[in-house]
Amino acid sequence: MKITLRIWRQHHQDQPGAMEAYEVDEISPDMSFLEVLDLLNEDLTLNGGEPVAFDHDCREGICGMCSLVINGLAHGPEALTTTCQLYMRHFEDGQVIDVEPWRSTAFPVIRDLVVDRSALDRIIEAGGYVSAPTGAAADANAVTVPKKDADRAFDAAACIGCGACVAACPNGSASLFLGAKITHLGSLPQGQPERDERALAMVEQHDAEGFGGCTQIGECTAVCPAGIPLDMISQLNHDVLSGLKHQSGQ
Amino acid sequence: MSATDTKRGRVPVLRSSAVLHAVMAVGGLIMVLFLIAHMYGNLKVFAGQEAFDGYSAYLRTILEPLLPYAGALWILRVILLISVGAHIWAAFVLWHRSRAATAGGGGWRYQTTQNRRGVQRSYASFTMRWGGVTIALFVVYHLLHLTGNVIHPGGASDSAYERMVNGFSIWWVVLSYVIALIALGFHLRHGIWSAFASLGANTSIAVRRRLNGLAYVVTFVIIVGFLVPPLSILIGWVGA
Amino acid sequence: MNDYFTEGDPLQDTQDPGGPLKDRWDKRRFEAKLISPANRRKVSIIVIGTGLAGGSAAATLGEAGYNVKVFCYQDSARRAHSIAAQGGINAAKDYRNDGDSIHRLFYDTVKGGDYRSRESNVYRLAQVSAAIIDQAVAQGVPFAREYGGLLDTRSFGGVQVSRTFYARGQTGQQLLLGAYQALERQVGAGTVELNTRHEMLDLIVIDGKARGVVVRDMVTGEFETHLADAVVLASGGYGNVYYLSTNAMGCNVTASWRAHRKGAYFANPCYTQIHPTCIPVSGDHQSKLTLMSESLRNDGRIWVPVKAGDDRAPADIPEDERDYYLERVYPAFGNLVPRDVASRAAKKQCDEGRGVGPGGLGVYLDLTHAIKRLGRHVIEEKYGNLFDMYAKITDEDPYQAPMRIYPAIHYTMGGLWVDYDLQSSIPGLFVIGEANFSDHGANRLGASALMQGLADGYFVLPGTINDYLARNPLPADVDANHPAVVEAAEGVRERTERLLSINGSRSVDSFHKELGSIVWEYCGMERNAEGLSHAIEEIRRLRDEFWTDVKVTGVNEELNQSLERAGRVADFFGLAELMCIDALHREESCGAHFRSESQTEGGEALRQDEDFSYVAAWEFGGDGDEPVLHREHLEFENIKVQQRSYK
Repeated sequence: MKITLRIWRQHHQDQPGAMEAYEVDEISPDMSFLEVLDLLNEDLTLNGGEPVAFDHDCREGICGMCSLVINGLAHGPEALTTTCQLYMRHFEDGQVIDVEPWRSTAFPVIRDLVVDRSALDRIIEAGGYVSAPTGAAADANAVTVPKKDADRAFDAAACIGCGACVAACPNGSASLFLGAKITHLGSLPQGQPERDERALAMVEQHDAEGFGGCTQIGECTAVCPAGIPLDMISQLNHDVLSGLKHQSGQ
Repeated sequence: MSATDTKRGRVPVLRSSAVLHAVMAVGGLIMVLFLIAHMYGNLKVFAGQEAFDGYSAYLRTILEPLLPYAGALWILRVILLISVGAHIWAAFVLWHRSRAATAGGGGWRYQTTQNRRGVQRSYASFTMRWGGVTIALFVVYHLLHLTGNVIHPGGASDSAYERMVNGFSIWWVVLSYVIALIALGFHLRHGIWSAFASLGANTSIAVRRRLNGLAYVVTFVIIVGFLVPPLSILIGWVGA
Repeated sequence: MNDYFTEGDPLQDTQDPGGPLKDRWDKRRFEAKLISPANRRKVSIIVIGTGLAGGSAAATLGEAGYNVKVFCYQDSARRAHSIAAQGGINAAKDYRNDGDSIHRLFYDTVKGGDYRSRESNVYRLAQVSAAIIDQAVAQGVPFAREYGGLLDTRSFGGVQVSRTFYARGQTGQQLLLGAYQALERQVGAGTVELNTRHEMLDLIVIDGKARGVVVRDMVTGEFETHLADAVVLASGGYGNVYYLSTNAMGCNVTASWRAHRKGAYFANPCYTQIHPTCIPVSGDHQSKLTLMSESLRNDGRIWVPVKAGDDRAPADIPEDERDYYLERVYPAFGNLVPRDVASRAAKKQCDEGRGVGPGGLGVYLDLTHAIKRLGRHVIEEKYGNLFDMYAKITDEDPYQAPMRIYPAIHYTMGGLWVDYDLQSSIPGLFVIGEANFSDHGANRLGASALMQGLADGYFVLPGTINDYLARNPLPADVDANHPAVVEAAEGVRERTERLLSINGSRSVDSFHKELGSIVWEYCGMERNAEGLSHAIEEIRRLRDEFWTDVKVTGVNEELNQSLERAGRVADFFGLAELMCIDALHREESCGAHFRSESQTEGGEALRQDEDFSYVAAWEFGGDGDEPVLHREHLEFENIKVQQRSYK
């Protein structure tokens, strides 16, 4: 296959960027999208160009590091798929493919397709945990957890923290990321003591990072590789409101 | 990049987007209740001028003499005004934040021209803001016309019934009204379900379907209920 | 013996407290000096890596009140490759009442490691295993549960008890998120300073003790020096020396290798585990391999065509022209033989020309019999996600045709040598998780990697490091201007400049690929003296070519992925050579290390306990000089040493 890639090139955070076109030949349909970028970079390296910087690590869809907007869609056209698991057989020979970084004010571009997603870490830091110091735990079976609660918690905990929800959201909101963590911990008995404080603190940090609000459009769930459902955002809204109610009752 | 070196002060939770959306939701749902009541009143037009104007007068005498003349109506108007004000204020704050979060680009912030409509966003969901502005402008015109008697296409009158009949006998008045109702329909279609979602009521995929169903039904009833009187007037079923 | 190394003094683990096996951990913890909580804030610890071991250690040490600095090369602590572990985590909880115990987990682990691990360390691992599950549950890790609300377990990796806890096929992810969240909590509390996109490029050793690191800020290119009372390496394994492996693209040996060059012994580097059920390579472009859970072998039958070069579609090959070779050769265990045996058998079939798929590097893993027998829905329920993954990658429907599999490098048992305290041969340098060599011997059991990483990080290291810290505070006069600090930073800068100035004609990746294919060919599933000697020469040739002909683009003062990779590949050369020397010197087969010269008449691995019942700990001899071998003899007082047999 032969593909034309139009890629966002930006040397540095403080410099302007632009789309640049590259032709890549001899692409096998069994190649992953990132392997095509590898091929392009090999070519650029040997022929005096600057290789394209992009984030990637596990290349099996779980680490959440890869982050490309392909033809306007975060992680490309396949549902429930990260960029690293997107194969070229889903494209056509001769196609022009636009590749851009996640765009959000809270995710500044570091270089080319690499962005800074540390805002998501700071949201977790604000309260996305259960305070359980090492050694203080009771026996694992001391508290039973109904299977449906455990399953719901797992569905939420499957979030890989890639930030595609933000990249796809017309409001630049990280509510799906936020909702997933609040639902994960809020569904389990271990997460109850800090449930109110967690929701309030995480929402405050989310807004302080400059993410927008959620208007329930649902673009985030369409691109989410982990299949986090929209109702987890509603869970976040619920927990914030009940947290405020409990707080004012004190 | 250190995770600690750029820690910013948090936004107080009461001004958070999640809470502002709840404010919008409550304001919006109150307006939906008002719309249903308003629609019910409009349908009185089929009972004739006396019944319609009588209903109009009755609204001003609710709870008399406990309250002064038009007292209850004014209480309702104040509640409504607060709802509208809060709804619009929250909408503009959130709009501003969305623009700030996406460097002004919103859903069209990518260079590519492919897939600009996204994957699954509904027309209703991404026209909420301009749809809201359209509705707000219409409401002003509507109040000047039918409530305030300030502008009076087709002729002024002290009778609400006559103002309505006079106005809706003119095709372009009806047309403006229909356009506004279409905007309202889209706004309600996404607004009703997302108001419940913003208040935490969307608890599963099944519930989401039900909320969306509810939004469709309520929207349909309201739009049809509002369309029937002016169209009936235009084609001469009423008031002729 | 060969000419590639020199013999050093024997080595002993002086921190092993001795005495009855079950009392040793208590004894050691009691004997270790403590630091009072009020003084811990003044004591600093550097942790490299944020996987299960590093993340859990940093969080726990932060909670204890130490002043902790953590570094990882990824953009977030949550992305470390522990996240990709699928199967589960072992713990001797005996919730099933099926005869499990600490002693049984200990026994299974030592036996599974083919009697090449230390009894004391493994016993302690089994002792703390239960507390890991308690800890994870308290953090909100959503383990699989039964309808009654209790934790579910399954049996894994051929053991006879059901002791593996799991969270669907994403156990590593969930455990890592637990540790990551605990870590972020400490970041918020101010006890831990987290530095992402920072890569450790050298260890700072002052007066024989590890006192700091040189790191590169991968965004700005700045070289930073950080000093502390102690340094903890939790930087993972070195499977990427093979280029193609199930490791993440960024996994590397640099932190360990730089420490090795500064005096830390590297133990058993030739023990590398190969996983039999990976998706085969589809072409030269391939950048990494993807694992499919071994559980598929419970219902799948593995076969190749009887005739070499048979390229008919699998469905067109009649039963009598198929060779179910595992069932034929190992009638007792059949398709469930251990990982190393299954892997070697597949390689043998492919070497003899009966492999299937592109390049003939694959064998069929056939579940169509099971689908016929049990019905599609049963198979779908059990393996649906694996089938989907296979279909996504290969574009083939595994419900219709058998899957193709091939072995791939998956885990490295070898690593930096540590004593019972997890301290390396450099005082003050502690090594935890996959980066050390300690617990798995010559072969690791399934679901034990997560257990070891978290045992080290949550419980073992926080119980031993205090002894060193209490006795060896950082001297007050040591600062960034100390000659050893300046020298280390200067060395890193010079090396970086050298890489950037070569400006040759080959890319970093092309060297990495070539190195990987040499190591895979001669130091992969099957090794022999001739091949290993040849590999050592080849590696040296390639290393020399690298340092004269590599092309690294850009400059240091920017995000430069070409430069990052170049530094990592440069260190893989040294490691690859040491791996081959280690494999050459160990003239026995044991666990994952198979020497074709040492096999039974039936072609099975033959251990030689008389000569090789020791840990091979290698000391760096200097550039161009031979490494020095220190042997740590292994004693088995509580387990009877036996030869494995799966016939």
